[in-house]
Amino acid sequence: MEDLIIIGAGPAGLTAGLYAARARLKTKVLERFSPGGQILTTDWVENYPGFPDGISGFELVDRMRRQTEKFGLEIQNQEVVRFELTPEKKTLMTDKETFESRSLILAIGAAPQKLGIEGEDLLTGKGVSYCATCDGPFYRDQEVAVIGGGDTAVEEAIFLTRFAGKVYIIHRRDELRATKLLRERAFAEEKIELVWDTIPMRIIGKAGVEGLDLKNVKTGHESHLSVQGVFIFVGYNPNSELVKGQLELDSLGFVVTNNNMETSVAGVFAAGDIRSKVLRQVSTAVGEGATAAFAAEKYIEALMHKEPL
Amino acid sequence: MADVLKVTDETFDEEILNSEIPAMVDFWAEWCGPCKMVSPVVEELAREYKGRIKIASMDVDGNRQTPGRFGIRNIPTLILFKGGEVAQTIIGAYPKSYIDEEIKKLL
Repeated sequence: MEDLIIIGAGPAGLTAGLYAARARLKTKVLERFSPGGQILTTDWVENYPGFPDGISGFELVDRMRRQTEKFGLEIQNQEVVRFELTPEKKTLMTDKETFESRSLILAIGAAPQKLGIEGEDLLTGKGVSYCATCDGPFYRDQEVAVIGGGDTAVEEAIFLTRFAGKVYIIHRRDELRATKLLRERAFAEEKIELVWDTIPMRIIGKAGVEGLDLKNVKTGHESHLSVQGVFIFVGYNPNSELVKGQLELDSLGFVVTNNNMETSVAGVFAAGDIRSKVLRQVSTAVGEGATAAFAAEKYIEALMHKEPL
Repeated sequence: MADVLKVTDETFDEEILNSEIPAMVDFWAEWCGPCKMVSPVVEELAREYKGRIKIASMDVDGNRQTPGRFGIRNIPTLILFKGGEVAQTIIGAYPKSYIDEEIKKLL
């Protein structure tokens, strides 16, 4: 039986793993893709402390991973599909194996929110995208739309101007939610045109995206915009299918925890984007990962003292 | 890693479409983060299926024609080929177990 299993090897999971390895806890990290998490989709990270010139998402998590290797952390490529939780034992099942552990840290993150409009699923991969760094370069000199008004939407829209001839930012309000610095950059960028008070009604196209049907939420006026790509950045959904019914979740599906990253089940902790909280960043994920590992260590110590000799 | 064959616009038809055994091509690029998640999985699969499936990769930055031929607008994209025809397309980053399942269908 392990002391600790961490599910997820993004920044939260890797930091928890780093601290756990240094605390000499018998630990395994289970990751269904390869280490990195959502930050891999971004081109450049400028707001992670310690990097005055910024760093690529990949380079940042690669460094985190290499650091955990130094302390002997084991990361396995496994996808947990089910688990059973008791205070003394956490049983995790993948399609190949079963793992048992005294404690568990869920660092399973979030995934991009969909719009839920006609044409979205049909044209995903054919012009509809949730990742500008993945797909931007396929739109050289073309016109694309970005849906959203937060940091991600604005950052990715600016990134897209490297390739696209024109980028429309379509936002349902008359003010961007993004950090002021990003707003300044967007307004200064010639290739970006802001479309306010507007929502996409449907995405049009057969073999690929041809355009968007839009609606102004204030006037009700409908219009059509010809674009070859639609990039959607309207928020994140927790990857909480795994924990539904077993842990306390908030109304949006994020895992409820206290200041020590404790969930509603003894010995189960959560760190990173999966948590119910106000700010989802690499910088917060890292702090929570460390806290969760520390709390798990204390939990295991308490458990051991209760065990009969 | 030696097991994943690098293909280009010039060598694609010969290596993949004319391949006697089924093939899988990983379309990626340097600037694409999620591609970096899929590539290690592709390398592992190349080792596991050596001799049975030809596993290759194509850098879409240096090779613009082939992605266009197959309507690729997103990466990572994995395309599985059998007898010179597209057997399956996997768009986006998926876990190894999913990709493995799809490869097994080719055999």
